[in-house]
Amino acid sequence: MKMVWILARRELGGYFTSPVAYVFLVIFLLLAGFFTFTAGAFFERGEASLAPFFGWHAWLYLVLVPAVGMRLWAEERRAGTIELLLTLPLTPWQAIIGKFLASWIFLAVALALTFPVAVTVNVLGDPDNGAIAAGYFGSFLLAGAYLAVSCMTSAMTRNQVVAFILAVVACLFLILAGFNPVTDLLVRWASPAVVDTVAAFSVITHFDGLQKGVIDTRDLFFFLSVMGFALFATNVILRNR
Amino acid sequence: MIRIENLVKSFGAKRAVNGVSFSVERGEVLGFLGPNGSGKTTTMRVVTGFYPPTSGRVTVGGHDVVEDPLAAKRLIGYLPESAAAYPDMTVLGFLRFAADVRGLSGEAKKKAVARVIERCFLSSVLHQSIDTLSKGYKHRACLAQALIHDPEVLVLDEPTDGLDPNQKHEVRNLIRELGKTKAIVFSTHILEEVDAACTRAIIIDRGRIVAQGTPDELGRPLDEVFRRITLPDTVQS
Repeated sequence: MKMVWILARRELGGYFTSPVAYVFLVIFLLLAGFFTFTAGAFFERGEASLAPFFGWHAWLYLVLVPAVGMRLWAEERRAGTIELLLTLPLTPWQAIIGKFLASWIFLAVALALTFPVAVTVNVLGDPDNGAIAAGYFGSFLLAGAYLAVSCMTSAMTRNQVVAFILAVVACLFLILAGFNPVTDLLVRWASPAVVDTVAAFSVITHFDGLQKGVIDTRDLFFFLSVMGFALFATNVILRNR
Repeated sequence: MIRIENLVKSFGAKRAVNGVSFSVERGEVLGFLGPNGSGKTTTMRVVTGFYPPTSGRVTVGGHDVVEDPLAAKRLIGYLPESAAAYPDMTVLGFLRFAADVRGLSGEAKKKAVARVIERCFLSSVLHQSIDTLSKGYKHRACLAQALIHDPEVLVLDEPTDGLDPNQKHEVRNLIRELGKTKAIVFSTHILEEVDAACTRAIIIDRGRIVAQGTPDELGRPLDEVFRRITLPDTVQS
């Protein structure tokens, strides 16, 4: 555990000594604000909830989380530091978890910096703060799921751009499986059971409940198993590099 | 300290290392010679646990690198061929990170960092980030990382590559001095280094050991011996 933390600290330091972190934070906050207040019609709705804020997260993260995760392993491969890292006295799992945790903490910081939205809605009305907390928690899990997928694609290649595109495509699948236009299309020729099964693979389906304030263990299990699977796959890929 | 028995490492159909066996004891500096692509780096990567062997057995300090990789890795200091170091870190940050990973803390960590800074002449670039360093300094920063825990075994892949003549001289002296108390393997294709730093040398070609012995036993002049042994094979292939 100590080793995981040493690695995570190094990785986090890497974010904040380069412009990556600041560029990301600014763009994330700008886009989150734009989607909430302009595209999400936060004021026009006349209701004190953060639905217009959280509703966009699955799409917002689609581009931004792979941008954070793409460097994790691809950069190690390109710079050759992977040889150093994997010959140090640590297990591949410690390295994988350490790197993943560092980026997840970074995303948590970005998410925490959206607190003015929560403050605003509290000033203007009387929202269900339990639901807002659950929404933040769900959003954090959603980011973690995308991040684990990005970690996996990053381990596949030494090219960050390839890692990024693969991650976006993989995450897009995770969205589209439960996206209304897609499920509507499926309903025409597939049985409801099939549609539900496909939709069950979607982050949207599972995030929806959480952002409404319902913490269902099935949703938690879904996000944790996406992360578990993707990180496990990362380990397999690294072992067969 | 290092014992390699019948090591084979294949990549797909290509056998990079084909039945190599040797051992290095404490107090020995083994020079690992061979033309480019002969399997030097691959062998070192198996010893340091970066590649798993296809077959054969490698132990470091009695620990099998496959069965007990952590124990083996703890004993090794490794300078990879590319002398890779995290480009976004400062030299000092990088060395502190290396010390942390090696389980050093507090006073021991401070001492270890100060020791390698002096050994590798890094004091003038401590706060510079690694990607701004010249190749020689970058190389020494990575070497410092390999020495930080005062390892019993040193595996150095072309430790003098890219250094200027003065730095080469310093690094050779350093290797010779460290070799009195440690087991060292270093690869090179510069033959004068064998005389300058090694107690023993192995010449490897196309994955097989083709000659070994002390520099004197291999014969003189060394470069002629080297060419006679390795050139015909390389030309045929």
